[in-house]
Amino acid sequence: MIPMNLINTFILPAVVASLVWAGTAQARDIVNVYSARKEALIKPLLDEFSAATGIQVNLITGKADALLKRLQVEGSATPADLFITVDAGRLHRAKEAGMLKPVSIPALEQRIPEELRDSAGYWYGLTLRARPIIYAKDRVALDELSTYEALAKAQWKGRLCLRSSQSVYNQSLVAATIDALGPEATQVWMQGMVNNLAKAPSGGDTDQLKAVAAGVCDVTIANTYYLARLINSSKPADQAVASKLAVFWPNQKGVGAVGRGAHFNVSGAGFTKYGKHPEQAQALLEYLASAPAQAWYADINNEYPVVEGVPSSATLEGFGRYKMDPIALEILGQNNRQAVQLMDRAGWK
Amino acid sequence: MFRSHGLSIFAVLIAAFISLPVIVIVSYLMQANGELWQHLLDTVLNDYLINSLLLLLGVGMGVLILGVPTAWLTSMCSFPGRRWLSWALLLPLAMPAYIIAYTYAGLLDFAGPVQSWIRDLTGLSYGDYWFFEIRSLGGAIIMMSLVLYPYVYLMARAAFLEQSVSSIEVGCSLGYSRWQALWKLALPMARPAIIAGLSLALMETLADYGTVQYYGVSTFTTGIFRTFYGYGDTAAAAQLAASLLAFVILLVLLERYSRRRARYHSAAESRARADLIPLSGSKAIMACVICLSPLMFGFIIPATQLLFWAVFEAEPLGWDFVGLAWNSFSLAFLAAIIAVTLAIILSYAKRTKPIKPVRTVLAMAGFGYALPGTIIAIGVLIPLAWLDHRLIDIFGSLGWDSPGLLLSGSLVALLFAYTVRFLAVALGSVQSGLEKIKPSLDHVGRSMGHSPLDILRKIHVPLMRSSILTAVLIVFVDVLKELPATLILRPFNFNTMAVRAYELASDERLVDAAPASIMIVLVGLIPVLMLHASIARRRPH
Repeated sequence: MIPMNLINTFILPAVVASLVWAGTAQARDIVNVYSARKEALIKPLLDEFSAATGIQVNLITGKADALLKRLQVEGSATPADLFITVDAGRLHRAKEAGMLKPVSIPALEQRIPEELRDSAGYWYGLTLRARPIIYAKDRVALDELSTYEALAKAQWKGRLCLRSSQSVYNQSLVAATIDALGPEATQVWMQGMVNNLAKAPSGGDTDQLKAVAAGVCDVTIANTYYLARLINSSKPADQAVASKLAVFWPNQKGVGAVGRGAHFNVSGAGFTKYGKHPEQAQALLEYLASAPAQAWYADINNEYPVVEGVPSSATLEGFGRYKMDPIALEILGQNNRQAVQLMDRAGWK
Repeated sequence: MFRSHGLSIFAVLIAAFISLPVIVIVSYLMQANGELWQHLLDTVLNDYLINSLLLLLGVGMGVLILGVPTAWLTSMCSFPGRRWLSWALLLPLAMPAYIIAYTYAGLLDFAGPVQSWIRDLTGLSYGDYWFFEIRSLGGAIIMMSLVLYPYVYLMARAAFLEQSVSSIEVGCSLGYSRWQALWKLALPMARPAIIAGLSLALMETLADYGTVQYYGVSTFTTGIFRTFYGYGDTAAAAQLAASLLAFVILLVLLERYSRRRARYHSAAESRARADLIPLSGSKAIMACVICLSPLMFGFIIPATQLLFWAVFEAEPLGWDFVGLAWNSFSLAFLAAIIAVTLAIILSYAKRTKPIKPVRTVLAMAGFGYALPGTIIAIGVLIPLAWLDHRLIDIFGSLGWDSPGLLLSGSLVALLFAYTVRFLAVALGSVQSGLEKIKPSLDHVGRSMGHSPLDILRKIHVPLMRSSILTAVLIVFVDVLKELPATLILRPFNFNTMAVRAYELASDERLVDAAPASIMIVLVGLIPVLMLHASIARRRPH
């Protein structure tokens, strides 16, 4: 019978190999990373780190919540040392789940501003990502734009595109708004925006940008690096899209919630509670906050550095300077569940 | 005597182990979660249900409309191109649903080349003209029908080919026309096969997340992920997934019902060469069009677009794609062998002793097919990690170093998940193969003193060769395309082509995802073509 031979030739060696594989992840000079950051946007840095320090980095990428679940199920036996996400809310969720441990690193506390890291050292922000309003230059007059809240006004009827509420970036935006306006006003705001939608939410941030450029709608809310990527693209079609769009920084003027500043979020990393290579993990984290690594993120993915003094990319500078909402980022995590509930109620698909 | 009971017990144990992840998920129903459920009921659950039902209905009709007529035409009629169309119609099987979805979105949405061209040509702007909105429930139905119809086509065609020609001829001699013979004889006789293909397609539809999520359609499955990712609530997500199983049980009952009181082994010992119904003129053209359309829209157009992106616009693949391709290929191969071996053991146990416990666990072992890969992955992680912790305890009590996560942290978890997820496919094909073998052969074998295992090895496996091969190849293609479970369960530094394609696509670099996508399609073509060869051998042309 065929299968028996196959078992002997293929299956057993593969199983043995994979067991050995699992075994090597326990070896000495290594650090194991669970990362919600895509491989393309972290592997090059990890390779640099390995080349510089001789510490081998093992990587699994995936969705933050799935990786967190894996951490929880693995418990004290987890091989993971560092947990990397692209959203402060998920770092907070990991902390709440008891999967992170506080580590005080004076060097990082000096370099990374207080609001961009957990106060007790459970996690540290590594890059900043802003989520402003992006509009069609030819169809929107600058004086039409003011705040996120104003996008709920009737003047935007049929002119707004939004990404789905499944997007963690939108969930965090709403979580921050709940902090600024309270849940009732936040829901009213979202209902207004849903009424103004030109089309049902679908696709990613880039799709919203393309929709604005194609005239489906006039404004949207998107992370700046998606626009920056289109601007820097070598493809004429992408450049054509980018040429029709501009960034507006909302909530810059006024006092209180109105002038709280534009929404931003961080990608960041925390130490797992049961990590077995704390020194190596700390070395890696310090490397990710170093000037070269920070500059790499600015260059490659147009994310703002968290470290003062590291220049951001020319494209980002072109978007202008802006005031950030000074909210403590862990609030994004605390409010996430409520945000999703309100989005459900407001009918934001 | 003991040996035959031994087989039953062995089968029950295997099936119970395979059902473990599903049981883990269902056991979440014990946890009360009133507040969140109330909220879901008040707000979105209705939408999820309606959209899921519409999706099932639409895809069900779609795969039947695309799959059955093409199967009939290529197996019973002769028209120009029939030979190559009969294998080319399988090609969309190699195209993952999420990949065809983003390819068509890139082609047909407002910013895509087609609509841009219309706008440039006419000077109209968006909204002045009507155009099909691809990112919609209708779009999702079309996409899934285009890549899932091969399940129906495959099963229906095999059934048409294996129908003894004599029964059709008897029908004709009794005064049926050829078309009456189709409606009154061939179709009813092929019904179990068609329903089997249909229920595979529908289970795949239920499990799909990538397509509906990208097209902005809120289904039950997107709801599961919203509770998991948005609310961070695994328990509620698992509860939703467990209720998804209600749909599945419905599908299983449907399949059962379609087979009621029927025995589908053909009485004919040898099959004579069928006379194909010759089609000419407008009928031949019609037949060509009917068979070409699914191929065109399900494979040629999207594959050409992907190829165009891959060659002219995407960042070229690095050399690491060799490693990715090898990982994908070997995993898919191993998983296919494991799943089919288990399917043979289980089906055979059921055949020798069709007692209730065997039948029940066997049905449960197939449920994994309708659950989203992510949910299966959680169901796999929990018991395997538990076992790992026990192992670590044992090692510790012996004073040895901790072995780490031997099961949940290695490829074992991944292969286990694939088996759970795709065993239904293997079971379907192997069981239908077994059913065609007359029980009298078993009786003869037993009366000659052969053990059941001997009979399996010496009589059944050789007779079922093509069913077994079909099962291996379909599981292979399914694993190749599988993404969510792979994403969660893979070990360190281990990627597949599907993971690479997903990472680039979810970073909104659809064009850069094209090379990896086209690789999946190309590797998937190998088994699809082998599949054809195996069917072609069943009947001389």
